[in-house]
Amino acid sequence: MKYLAEYRNAAVAKALVHRIRQSATRTWTLMEVCGGQTHTIVRQGLNDMLEGAIEMIHGPGCPVCVTPLEQIDRAVHLAGRDDIIFTSFGDMLRVPGSDCDLLQVRARGGEVRVVYSPLDALELARKNPDKQVVFFAVGFETTAPANAMAVWRARELGVTNFSVLVSHVTVPPAMVALLESPDNRVQAFLAAGHVCTVMGWTEYEPIAAKYRVPIIVTGFEPVDILEGTLMAVQQLEEGRHEVENQYVRSVRREGNRPAQELVSKVFTLVNRKWRGIGEIPMSGFGLTEEFAAFDAERKFGLEDIRAEESPECRAGDVLVGRIKPMECPAFGTRCNPEHPLGAPMVSSEGACAAYYNFARFRSAPPLEV
Amino acid sequence: MAEERGPALAGGLVCPVPTTQYDRVQLGHGSGGKMSAALLRDRFLPALGNPVLQELGDAAVVGIGPAEVAISTDTFVVSPLEFPGGNIGSLAVHGTLNDLAMMGARPLYLSAGFVLEEGLSFEVLDRILAAMGKAAAEAGVPVVTGDTKVVERGKADGVFINTTGIGMRRAGFTPGPSRARPSDAVVVSGMIGRHGIAIMSARENLGFEVQVQSDSANLYPMVERLRGALGGTVHVLRDPTRGGVASALNEIAAASGVGVELDEGALPVPGPVAAACEMLGLDPLYVANEGILLAFVPAPFADEAVDALRMHPLGRDARQIGRVTGEHPGMVVMRTAIGGTRVVDMLPGDQLPRIC
Repeated sequence: MKYLAEYRNAAVAKALVHRIRQSATRTWTLMEVCGGQTHTIVRQGLNDMLEGAIEMIHGPGCPVCVTPLEQIDRAVHLAGRDDIIFTSFGDMLRVPGSDCDLLQVRARGGEVRVVYSPLDALELARKNPDKQVVFFAVGFETTAPANAMAVWRARELGVTNFSVLVSHVTVPPAMVALLESPDNRVQAFLAAGHVCTVMGWTEYEPIAAKYRVPIIVTGFEPVDILEGTLMAVQQLEEGRHEVENQYVRSVRREGNRPAQELVSKVFTLVNRKWRGIGEIPMSGFGLTEEFAAFDAERKFGLEDIRAEESPECRAGDVLVGRIKPMECPAFGTRCNPEHPLGAPMVSSEGACAAYYNFARFRSAPPLEV
Repeated sequence: MAEERGPALAGGLVCPVPTTQYDRVQLGHGSGGKMSAALLRDRFLPALGNPVLQELGDAAVVGIGPAEVAISTDTFVVSPLEFPGGNIGSLAVHGTLNDLAMMGARPLYLSAGFVLEEGLSFEVLDRILAAMGKAAAEAGVPVVTGDTKVVERGKADGVFINTTGIGMRRAGFTPGPSRARPSDAVVVSGMIGRHGIAIMSARENLGFEVQVQSDSANLYPMVERLRGALGGTVHVLRDPTRGGVASALNEIAAASGVGVELDEGALPVPGPVAAACEMLGLDPLYVANEGILLAFVPAPFADEAVDALRMHPLGRDARQIGRVTGEHPGMVVMRTAIGGTRVVDMLPGDQLPRIC
């Protein structure tokens, strides 16, 4: 497939691994920010190919992973109401709340629908004027423009039975929180290419300078990740700490200006809880006062629904890179994809699920096919 | 660490699936994944179990006098009723014929039961029945008995169809899910993922065009070619329907107590299927098929099996995609295109499209 096959080329990947190994005079600790990158790394076995030269810590970069329990509980509450059609991206449906997940709400008669775009949810609201349609607006900066657009269009069209349950998070404050942590081990970041496609990378420049940490804007295919890793290693070996762009086919320094403008009109920065990590100041988007009428939390009075996370779940430690998923005592036993304790076991991009699905068997002999 | 725990966590039907706390049926129980297996194990087998049912093959094989008779039943609830490459009628014929064929049986007769929803247009019903009749006639397997029921609007989704088929096994040709042996070659008869993506593109408002037709087809002619060329050396046949190639291989690995190694580079995925899966965040290995088969044959016969399949138009893309090993029993492992290795597990429930 054009634009994909060339970034999955085994010979190129092998050459990059060789160069990374040649460049690294010691083991460097890198964090990939995005869950999509985690998946490529574990699914393709990149961490094994780089063992000794690079230690990969999987970052907090899955919006499904970091959605706090109480926001799931609020979603479950809304989805159970007779007058509401609750809409969401697919992988949010299996995230366990305190009592159950959205799939179970559906089995009990709640109307829960998977949509591929928030604009589809808006369309559903227009077709069902006698129902309230709520869209679960989650994601990093990547999904914010489309979600903002849905709210913007709803106001433009005068659709009053549409609202959004917002659980948006932003990347830079989470990176700073990690870097400020006393037991931080991350020496360089692979920043999420899709987030930067929207936001550009100017906001990463002060972080790289202040914390003296290389940040490489990186794509999602194996060759992207290996190339980003090589760029990080070269900076570390040379003692540089800059923002560099590996994902040149998609990202410009200033990002996508029209998308940013739309986001800034509809959303404003708010404090946001991250599942397992706790509240990070100014780390999420909430709706601006101007669009408060589309805020499901206010519309349906959800502020009183609060929840504590499972005490056994070490999602927080996994998400900040303090432990690997399999170092959690519940991993693979009391916590697995059928019965996930924490969100990182839920999403196919979650760090725990990625380990569970792809890394349990690591010593398969070469195939002779 | 991970590899030491591996076998205990093999999943599929090997280790007990953790008890789930569901108090009622979820859609995921119909996915063909671990939840479906748990539903059978925890609810159906305790109530209905017997040595024949417990085999959990595509079809049951029972002795009637001197004959080995295969019986299979399947219920079709596909939405939409009509899709590129077929409709629920042709699918209901092919699905049951294929389940018989996978046990090595020659399909002989079909029954068909219909649950019709009040308000279903005769135009649609006629098209479904015509496709059904055509599929049955082409296969030379008549529908010899049937039943119709009508339910109130809202109590069904247009039409549900159940078909049951019976067939005769041939002496010396007894493929079965527990017969895979280390060093067997794993062969697939054609491109994967077409049925599931065709249905999804017809069902969902995806916002992009997918030019994929369902592969729904009668697999018996290909089975006949294999039988002619290899006879009793065919160990396992399986049509990887819901749950896709990955779930079928996991079931076989578990039933036979062997490991399976796949080669990602050898998997035949049509371009449009790969593109749709990329956009939706799905893995083609878990997408349903209705017109391909997996064959396990001893490695020395792999080329013969591929050649035999390629003699038939449906099998022109046949190829070897992996092999069986005595290592990691119950587990399917894939060598990735860039040289890494990963586990291909059974999914708990349905594949959920990813957020971004």
